[in-house]
Amino acid sequence: MREGRRVLLQRAVTLFAVPAAMLMGPKAALATPQGAADHLRKLEAGDAVPGRISIDMADIAENGNAVPITIRVDSPMTEADHVQAIHVVAEGNPSPGVASFLFNPSSGRAEVKFRVRLAQSQRIVAVARMNDGSLRSAAREVKVALGGCGG
Amino acid sequence: MANDIKAKVRLPASIRKGDVVEVKTLVEHPMESGQRKDGAGSPIPRRILHSLRVTFGGREVFAARFEPAIASNPYLAFFVRIEQDGTLEFTWKDDDGSEFRFSQAVALG
Repeated sequence: MREGRRVLLQRAVTLFAVPAAMLMGPKAALATPQGAADHLRKLEAGDAVPGRISIDMADIAENGNAVPITIRVDSPMTEADHVQAIHVVAEGNPSPGVASFLFNPSSGRAEVKFRVRLAQSQRIVAVARMNDGSLRSAAREVKVALGGCGG
Repeated sequence: MANDIKAKVRLPASIRKGDVVEVKTLVEHPMESGQRKDGAGSPIPRRILHSLRVTFGGREVFAARFEPAIASNPYLAFFVRIEQDGTLEFTWKDDDGSEFRFSQAVALG
């Protein structure tokens, strides 16, 4: 009797734990961490080291359709030392690319705020290219309550 | 055509020479990701604003490339160093081949 209830409970939990990806139908294959890394490699050659760049967003996003995100790089933005580009990828969306932003010393500050679609809970990765060619990266996990289904 | 596009650009009320100001932009656009299906089950084609270029006094100060992961009615805030009066010129490019331009005068004071 108790066993039966427990099994039923587990089934119910499984039923409700169907990831947003599956609700989107079989055609919506999702990106993977490897896919996101490959995408970044196409944008910037070389190895990125952590630091100087940060991703600011809520740990839990209620609605994956529009999740506010802020990305900033600690840089004086002078001719001698500035950020040239920031690339953002999502490891669990239908395709990994999110956006790229281009800066120069006239930008004054290497910081962008925007709203991203997230199909499911996943990791966001950002890579910044400095004017000396060095790459910096940051990653952030975000839990998504209701997937944006990329749409 | 991109005639259905509307943009709002907001700058600080008072800007002094040398200020690094936040430029907040909000565009009305579906940013159709290409992942959705209509009621009949056929895919809705992708149609997003895929790039933005911003110049001040004719010089590029910021640019962006967007993928379908950008939310509809895209909000984007970034910074620009303002050294003199001038005009911020925004050019968004749409998947449908059209361009949408917006100008914002900047006066020190």
